[in-house]
Amino acid sequence: MIKFFLMVNKQGQTRLSKYYEHADINKRTLLETEVIKSCLSRSNEQCSFIEYKDFKLIYRQYAALFIVVGVNDTENEMAIYEFIHNFVEVLDEYFSRVSELDIMFNLDKVHIILDEMVLNGCIVETNRARILAPLLILDKMSES
Amino acid sequence: MVVPSLKLQDLIEEIRGAKTQAQEREVIQKECAHIRASFRDGDPVHRHRQLAKLLYVHMLGYPAHFGQMECLKLIASSRFTDKRVGYLGAMLLLDERHDAHLLITNSIKNDLSQGIQPVQGLALCTLSTMGSAEMCRDLAPEVEKLLLQPSPYVRKKAILTAVHMIRKVPELSSVFLPPCAQLLHERHHGILLGTITLITELCERSPAALRHFRKVVPQLVHILRTLVTMGYSTEHSISGVSDPFLQVQILRLLRILGRNHEESSETMNDLLAQVATNTDTSRNAGNAVLFETVLTIMDIRSAAGLRVLAVNILGRFLLNSDRNIRYVALTSLLRLVQSDHSAVQRHRPTVVECLRETDASLSRALELSLALVNSSNVRAMMQELQAFLESCPPDLRADCASGILLAAERFAPTKRWHIDTILHVLTTAGTHVRDDAVANLTQLIGGAQELHAYSVRRLYNALAEDISQQPLVQVAAWCIGEYGDLLLAGNCEEIEPLQVDEEEVLALLEKVLQSHMSLPATRGYALTALMKLSTRLCGDNNRIRQVVSIYGSCLDVELQQRAVEYDTLFRKYDHMRAAILEKMPLVERDGPQADEEAKESKEAAQLSEAAPVPTEPQASQLLDLLDLLDGASGDVQHPPHLDPSPGGALVHLLDLPCVPPPPAPIPDLKVFEREGVQLNLSFIRPPENPALLLITITATNFSEGDVTHFICQAAVPKSLQLQLQAPSGNTVPARGGLPITQLFRILNPNKAPLRLKLRLTYDHFHQSVQEIFEVNNLPVESWQ
Repeated sequence: MIKFFLMVNKQGQTRLSKYYEHADINKRTLLETEVIKSCLSRSNEQCSFIEYKDFKLIYRQYAALFIVVGVNDTENEMAIYEFIHNFVEVLDEYFSRVSELDIMFNLDKVHIILDEMVLNGCIVETNRARILAPLLILDKMSES
Repeated sequence: MVVPSLKLQDLIEEIRGAKTQAQEREVIQKECAHIRASFRDGDPVHRHRQLAKLLYVHMLGYPAHFGQMECLKLIASSRFTDKRVGYLGAMLLLDERHDAHLLITNSIKNDLSQGIQPVQGLALCTLSTMGSAEMCRDLAPEVEKLLLQPSPYVRKKAILTAVHMIRKVPELSSVFLPPCAQLLHERHHGILLGTITLITELCERSPAALRHFRKVVPQLVHILRTLVTMGYSTEHSISGVSDPFLQVQILRLLRILGRNHEESSETMNDLLAQVATNTDTSRNAGNAVLFETVLTIMDIRSAAGLRVLAVNILGRFLLNSDRNIRYVALTSLLRLVQSDHSAVQRHRPTVVECLRETDASLSRALELSLALVNSSNVRAMMQELQAFLESCPPDLRADCASGILLAAERFAPTKRWHIDTILHVLTTAGTHVRDDAVANLTQLIGGAQELHAYSVRRLYNALAEDISQQPLVQVAAWCIGEYGDLLLAGNCEEIEPLQVDEEEVLALLEKVLQSHMSLPATRGYALTALMKLSTRLCGDNNRIRQVVSIYGSCLDVELQQRAVEYDTLFRKYDHMRAAILEKMPLVERDGPQADEEAKESKEAAQLSEAAPVPTEPQASQLLDLLDLLDGASGDVQHPPHLDPSPGGALVHLLDLPCVPPPPAPIPDLKVFEREGVQLNLSFIRPPENPALLLITITATNFSEGDVTHFICQAAVPKSLQLQLQAPSGNTVPARGGLPITQLFRILNPNKAPLRLKLRLTYDHFHQSVQEIFEVNNLPVESWQ
C-alpha cells in the first residue's frame, strides 16, 4: 500500500504532497525534510530504494524535481519505480513536456490526475488515455 | 475598501517572489487574513478560489484548519468546480479525529446516488481516503450498488472504495465478497486491478475468504496467461510488457492463495514457469514482473525445478548493471538462504563481487556473504571478508568484525588459522569488535598450548607497531604476561626468530601503561602483565618494582589498588610471589549458544557410557579443555564469568572457589531396539538447578542399511515443560556409523513423576517406520 506520494525539489520545497494515511501537519514537514535529505545525499551510483523507519522509499529524479513514494513492506519496489515513470509520462502528455512550473501553477489538475491513478494507496488505472479522459472533458466544459 | 481577491496563480507568484522565509510567512499571513475574512462574509462566488489558495498554503506547511467548514459548504453546492475543490479540501484537511467529517456523509450520499459520473468519482475518491468507520457503515449500501453499474469509470473507483471500507470495518467483508466472482469476468483492466486488490484484502483478513477464493485460481491463471501471450497491445503495454501492474497484482494474489496449499500451487506451476521464461528482461517493467514471479515461487509449494529456476533468475539479477535490480536480488537471496542454501551457494562468487561495490546496498551483501560461509569455503570467504573489512565504511565495520569472528569460531579449520584471523581482525578494526572478543581470544590462546610461543611472538610484534587498538593491546599484554618466558626464549620455528630483549619488553609494557590512549582496563592488564613478568624473567626486578610503586599513588582507584597489592607482594610476601603468579589454569567460560550445546553434550558424553562423537570442531576444542582441567571442575556447573583481569586482586586469588563433589551419575537407559536400530537415553541433573533434567537421546544403527529422515518427537505430562533442541542430524549410517544425538530439556519444578512418550519416524531398508511408545523404567533419580 502506498503511504505517501511527494514531489519535492532540490531546495526542499514541496511541490505536491499526498498522504494516504493520516499524519500530523508538523510530522509531515519533518518527514518531507528528512526524506529529501536522504534522497539528496545519495549519489548516482546508489540504488533508488531506501529504507526509512518502517517505510520503503522509492525515488526518481527528473531534472530538479524528486518524486518520492513511500510504501509499506508488501509492495514490489520495482513496480512502483515503473509507476512513477508512468505518472510522469501522463503529466508529460497532458502538459506537453511538463516542467516544474507547470506543476506549481496547475496543482489542482495534478491532484486530479494523481487521484485518477491512485485511490487510497492502491494503483487503480495506468492507461494514459483513460486517466486523461475525464480531465479533458472537464477542460472542454470550462472553456465553453 | 473591497480588495479583489487574488487568484491562485497570483498567490503562487507572490510566494515565489518572497526572498526569505520571513517574507514568505508575511505574504501568507496576509493572505490567510483575507481568506478568513472572506469566509466570514460568506461569499459564495469566490469561495472555491479562497479554498484553493488555502490548500496551497496548507501544502507548504501552514495551519489551515479554519477552512474545514468551508469544504462542507462547497461540497454541498451544485457547481462542479465548487464540489471539486470542496472534495479535495475534505481529503486534505478533514480526518477522522475532527467531528466535522461526519457532516459530509449526507452530501456524499446524495452525490453518490445522483448518477452524475464525475461527481460520483469525486465522492468515492474522498470517501476512500478519509472515510471513518461510521461513514463507511452508512455508505456501504450505496457503494455496493455502484459496484454493479455499467460505467467502468465509476466501478473501478467503487471497488477501491470497498477496499478502504473493509480496512475500516472488517464486518463489511461479507457485503463485498459476493460481487467479486462476477467482477473477475470483466475485461476492463481498471476493474480487474481493483477487483484483485479487493480479493487480496479479503483474503488477508479472513482465512474463510481465503478458502473461498481458492476456487478462482484457475481463472486468475487464465487471465495472466492471456496477458502474457497477448503480444503487443497499445492499450496497456509499458516497454513491451502488457500491463505489468496488473500482472504484478495477480502474481501477488496467487502467492497468497497458493501459500501452504498444494493443489493451488500445482495449478500455478506451469504458468509461473511460462511467465518466468517469456518475460522480456531488457527493461525495468519486465524485471518488476520477474521479481514478483520469483517471490511467488519462493512462497508457494512449488516444484523443486521451479525453485532452482527462481534462484537462477536472482543470480542473473545480481549480474545486471542496474543497481536497483541488484538490491532487490540481494534482499531476496537473503530471505532464501535459510531454506535453499545449496542453490544460493552456487551464486557465492557473484555475491562476493557485490562486496566490492561502493553502494549502500552493501550491508545486504555483507549479511548474505556471512550467511554463505560454511566449512568448505571458509578460507576463501574469510580472505574476501577481511579484505572488505579494511575498506568498508565505518558503520558496517562493527557488523563485519563480529560476523567474521563468529564465522571463524564456527568453521575454523585449524587453531592457528583461527588465531591468525582474530589477530588480523583486531589489528584492522580493533575498536569495533565486541567486548567479549578479548575474552574469547585469551581463552582460545590459553587452550592452544602448542601455539603459545607463536601467538605471543605475533602479538608482541603487533603491539610493538601499534598500541592504540585497545582489544589488541589487552590481549597482547595478557599473553606477554603469561608467556613472557617463551617470548624471550626466541625459539619459535613458525616465524623468523627474533631476539627480544627483556628491557624491550618491559619498555613496551611501560609505554602502554603511560599512553593516554590506553583505557583503565588496558592499564590494568599491562600492570598485571608486568607483575607476572617479574617471575618469568631472569633479570632483577628493580625496574618492575619501581613502576609498581609509582602506580601505588595513581588516581585511578583500580590501578592504585593493584599497584599497592603488588608492592606488598614484593615487600612482605616475596616467598609466595612465584606460586601466586604461576601460569593461569584454563577457566571455563560462558561461550556463545553453539558452545553451550556442545558443552552440554560433552558433559553428557563424560557421564554416559556410549559417548557420541561430537561432530563440530568446537566440541573437540572443548574436549581438549576437558583434558587440561582437573576432574573436579569437569562438572556441569555453570562456569564463573571469565574475570577480565586475570590475577586481579590478591584477595580473590587466595579465595579459591569450593567445588562441590559431582552427583552420582544416573544410569543410562536403552528404550528402543528394532532391526539393529537402537535408542538410548542418558540423564543429567545439574546440581545448581534441581528442577532441570537434561536427557540426551542417542540413536545408533548396527544394521546393514542406513537410517534416513530420522525424526524423534517427545511428549511429557502437562505439569512438566519440555524443550527439544535441534538434533545433530537425521541420518545414521549403517554398521555402527555416526549416531544422532538430540538434547531434551525438561523442567520439573514440582517434582512430578516423570513420564515420557516418544514418537520415532525414519526410513530404514526402503520402508518408512513409525514407532510410538512410552518409556518405562525411568530411573527415580531423574525426577525426585
